[in-house]
Amino acid sequence: MKTLVWVEHDGATVKDATLAVVTAASQLGEVHLIVAGQGVDAVAAEAAKIAGVGKVHVADDAAYAHALAENVAPLVVQLMADHDAVLFPATSGGKNIAPRVAALLDVMQISDILSVESEDTFTRPIYAGNAIATVQTKDAKKVITVRGTAFEKAATEGGSGTIEAVATTGDSGVSTYVGSEIATSERPELTSAKIIVSGGRALGSGEQFHALIDPLADKLGAGVGASRAAVDAGYAPNDYQVGQTGKIVAPEVYVAIGISGAIQHLAGMKDSKTIIAINKDEDAPIFQVADLGLVGDLFKIVPELTEKL
Amino acid sequence: MKVIVPVKRVLDYNVKPRVKADGTGVDLANVKMSMNPFDEIAVEEAIRLKDKGVTEIVVVSIGEQKSQETLRTALAMGADRAILIVSEEKVEPLGVAKLLKAIVDEEKPDLVILGKQAIDDDNNQTGQMLAGLLGVGQATFASKVELTSDSVTVTREVDGGAETETLTLPAIITVDLRLNEPRYASLPNIMKAKSKPMAQKTAADYGVDIAPRLTTLKVVEPAKRSAGVKVADVDELVTKLKAMGVAK
Repeated sequence: MKTLVWVEHDGATVKDATLAVVTAASQLGEVHLIVAGQGVDAVAAEAAKIAGVGKVHVADDAAYAHALAENVAPLVVQLMADHDAVLFPATSGGKNIAPRVAALLDVMQISDILSVESEDTFTRPIYAGNAIATVQTKDAKKVITVRGTAFEKAATEGGSGTIEAVATTGDSGVSTYVGSEIATSERPELTSAKIIVSGGRALGSGEQFHALIDPLADKLGAGVGASRAAVDAGYAPNDYQVGQTGKIVAPEVYVAIGISGAIQHLAGMKDSKTIIAINKDEDAPIFQVADLGLVGDLFKIVPELTEKL
Repeated sequence: MKVIVPVKRVLDYNVKPRVKADGTGVDLANVKMSMNPFDEIAVEEAIRLKDKGVTEIVVVSIGEQKSQETLRTALAMGADRAILIVSEEKVEPLGVAKLLKAIVDEEKPDLVILGKQAIDDDNNQTGQMLAGLLGVGQATFASKVELTSDSVTVTREVDGGAETETLTLPAIITVDLRLNEPRYASLPNIMKAKSKPMAQKTAADYGVDIAPRLTTLKVVEPAKRSAGVKVADVDELVTKLKAMGVAK
């Protein structure tokens, strides 16, 4: 089977999420990549070095500069004449483009796969991760999005892909990129962080969130996350949100501080290797999934913990 | 300006889903069902756009007869009329997108506003598929919508922050949680909604093939985590963290 992987990048480097997708694709067959963007020579060169990669198709055109689905989808569809499957990371970028590709190919997409059981059978979470479905597709061409935390990342070195330019498909003319506001952070990116310290509504304010969570995260070299309640209350920005409707993470260690553990939140972090919970309510659902729990006042515990580490 | 809002009847988000013992799916007998939370946000946004040039809101649902309740809820919130496409079988996002395309071809709306995903199958596909089938612009995960007479500018929630795009109308928008706070339907409006028009159709009326492409072989509960331990104080937690190699 020839599989195509859409490479997510920021114009300069390949995003980590792509590496897990390459691993999933390699379980299906020969792996080719598509790098679409503007001025993406460096990205293509980096992509060609990913272990296990064959051809790297490069589409360099202003129409792909901001990965607008209306422009990227026809490009991927064109390449599907020679491929049996296309895989995207289940990131906001991948989730935006993949279903459009599936519709244009008249196939049903398989979202957010956790494992490849065979060429046509996959597992995926439903109901906020409260059930795992095994699904088999009847479609000849497969369009799949991959949950990054469910697959090992492919090595970034050792590959020797051949770079090949592909015909561009132009601008659809129905959408225009206006601009973006990217939250800046010195800390590790959430979805790839080994350790995550996450805060909930119990922190009470944005000031307290930063005063308590940030120093602990810095001590541990951790990424900072938040529950939806903390984000909705304005204590932390949107892209900190861990959960069904935010980011899905699976770090080595997840420290949940002042988070009760609603099912929507658990859906985003319950595959973490070790979960540590600090909460004053000893009946909070978070303790049912936590490997280590400490019941008490976070305003006392967190500063003490930060100091003693 | 006409807006179509598709809504889905799903297991209420507060209910913990139970996987059936025979592995065929999640038990939906005698459990509370509600409008998909993202669809409530989509309905609310359409209503808020009424003072920006929107004159008619048509809500659409595809599913069993009981989906009428979901449509009545949307009508009580402020939608003008409803279309129910009855199917006792589950319809996949691709089938839903094809049915919605048929409705769009007939109704010719300027905007279709959908939820970004349904909380039962967690697919996050229908809006994008509809946009692809129609060949129109799509703005997914919307957190802000600004409508003019011939275009719509949407701020989208993306990994790492926000992104803004402008789409030519007609266009498809899928909404994210923070777009708005949906209103509750008042009792008088619930009463009024009972007399608003609701058309009943079937997939065959639109000549759309909704045969599923995916077969669910089994549904199981996720692996349970083994019970953890509670530590007495910060010192013990620090000792354990050091033993795990998390802290030096």
